[in-house]
Amino acid sequence: MNLSEHLPVLQVVVPLVAAPLTVLLRKRSLAFATVLAASWIAFGIAILLWMKVASTGAFSYAIGSWPAPWGIEYRVDPLSTFLLVLVSGVAAIVLPFSRASIESEISTQQHYLFYTMFALCLTGLLGITVTGDAFNVFVFLEISSLSTYVLIALGRDRQALLASYQYLIMGSIGATFIVIGIGLLYLMTGTLNLADMGQRIGAVQGTRPVLAALAFLTVGISLKLALFPLHQWLPNAYTFAPSAVSAFLAATATKVAVYVLIRFYFSVFGESQVFDRLPMKEAMLLLALAGMFIASTYAIFQTDLKRLFAYSSVAQIGYIILGLSFGSATGLTATVLHLFNHGVTKGAVFMLLGCVALAIGGTTMTRVQGLGKRMPLTSFGIVVCGLSLIGVPGTAGFISKWYLLLAAMEKGQWWLVFLILASSLLAIAYVWRFVEAAYFREPRKGTAAARPVPWLMAVPTAALVVATVYFGLETSFTIGSATKAAALLMGGLR
Amino acid sequence: MTTGGHFTYFITVFLMIAGLFIVIARGNLIKKLIGLGIFQTSVYLLYIAPGKLLGGTAPILSDAFTVYSNPLPHVLILTAIVVGVATLALGLALVVRIREAYDSIEEDEILSLDVDQAHRKQEQQ
Repeated sequence: MNLSEHLPVLQVVVPLVAAPLTVLLRKRSLAFATVLAASWIAFGIAILLWMKVASTGAFSYAIGSWPAPWGIEYRVDPLSTFLLVLVSGVAAIVLPFSRASIESEISTQQHYLFYTMFALCLTGLLGITVTGDAFNVFVFLEISSLSTYVLIALGRDRQALLASYQYLIMGSIGATFIVIGIGLLYLMTGTLNLADMGQRIGAVQGTRPVLAALAFLTVGISLKLALFPLHQWLPNAYTFAPSAVSAFLAATATKVAVYVLIRFYFSVFGESQVFDRLPMKEAMLLLALAGMFIASTYAIFQTDLKRLFAYSSVAQIGYIILGLSFGSATGLTATVLHLFNHGVTKGAVFMLLGCVALAIGGTTMTRVQGLGKRMPLTSFGIVVCGLSLIGVPGTAGFISKWYLLLAAMEKGQWWLVFLILASSLLAIAYVWRFVEAAYFREPRKGTAAARPVPWLMAVPTAALVVATVYFGLETSFTIGSATKAAALLMGGLR
Repeated sequence: MTTGGHFTYFITVFLMIAGLFIVIARGNLIKKLIGLGIFQTSVYLLYIAPGKLLGGTAPILSDAFTVYSNPLPHVLILTAIVVGVATLALGLALVVRIREAYDSIEEDEILSLDVDQAHRKQEQQ
């Protein structure tokens, strides 16, 4: 048996097996070691798959040797490997961080269950990315969502419970919309394999069930990726979840949902169907812009840093969807780039906030006053990530925003260039709120000294902050993968 | 196709709308979950009904039959049912925890309790 042939399925199976193991082992250090090993193996597999695709091109894996379209097919191509590297990479970095971070946030008896849920969530997210089967997408989506609800409910405050419940309701509605969409597609095409569906849909193009499927899928997935007006669950969920969970989710969960949207739009429906028959471009553009401006404005007025950056996430999702709405290769490149760059940046931000929460007991604006003096390195990290959210040259955020501007200029939409820059000003405003509190205010009187941050938290956090800068300077990996993925999608995978 | 031929779709859509309406309109956390259950159940019907052909038999090849029903939707929905049960179980577990924490399962009461708490915190500061 040649193990390297089975990498696509091992990518999912390794974390999946780790999850029940942690329940059996029960001891939290053993559980931690198991999931840590699983996530690093998954990261290794993702890199191997990326290299394989880079050298020999996309390939599929038939589960149980049943050939597609009868069996379930795992599809490994430039786009999915790029996402796999992001998801498993962030998991591998957040996990060591979580060990010390959950110590103060989750009661000790529940630690092993935290790792179980983390492994399941990772399984789901990797599964969505690698599978080439529509119903499989739904199943993995639910695996990741259900474990996410539990992870959020583990939060310290009682509001975490309601946040989790609200996310459960919204998420389940979204997932059900997605199944309805998949069901209608299955009725019309008679297949569940995404690539096969993409080929057969030509015969039923423009019929009402297909357009209804498109609408259901768009709304369902938009709920999952927190596109503005459907983002209501996100700020509460990110604010009240344990820090490690916020970091992992902010970096991966919404990004994977965007991937699902891209897959359905470009690999199944085809751009002509999505953008010509329904006014999707206009709708996407409008919602993206609304998200960029309204969510950024909300962010400025938040009194809790976690909440502030959660709203910033909604705004950044706006940029990602904006790239999609161009329907051009450059726009798509910008979308895929921003998926990665924003994932890295937001992961770093929430890990830094986790360090702050551990050291001074909270992340409200009043607590972080004078943080520049009390925790100089952490504050500096938050500022660096803030610059990346604004899109300052030299950070990862600049690269993707630059491509977004290129896409707008390519279409000659100068007013859009202006709006993108204007919304960046709002980002400056909310990052400035932190800078003002941390550097220009004195610490409140009578505050205890900051607890030292354990190295197990500091090192992974620093790694992601460095990555934020690194991907702003050395872009061959990100831009190379993103352009390849965009070319593949625009060329029609079908 | 006659209106009668669309019978299952009418039921599907009715259940769908009814379920979604309950989720949105009710503030009671348990009722919301019931609505969610109805909403999800409608999808089972959407999948399964078109799989059955009039006069069709189980898909075991035989010379005596020419029309077979499609078994695949059943398998898919078996999975969806499991997912639905898991979601409902988790939702109910959360409601139990919420009731322990807030002593209420009405959404508006819980939200106002949170607002009160936030006010008190600000006054302390």
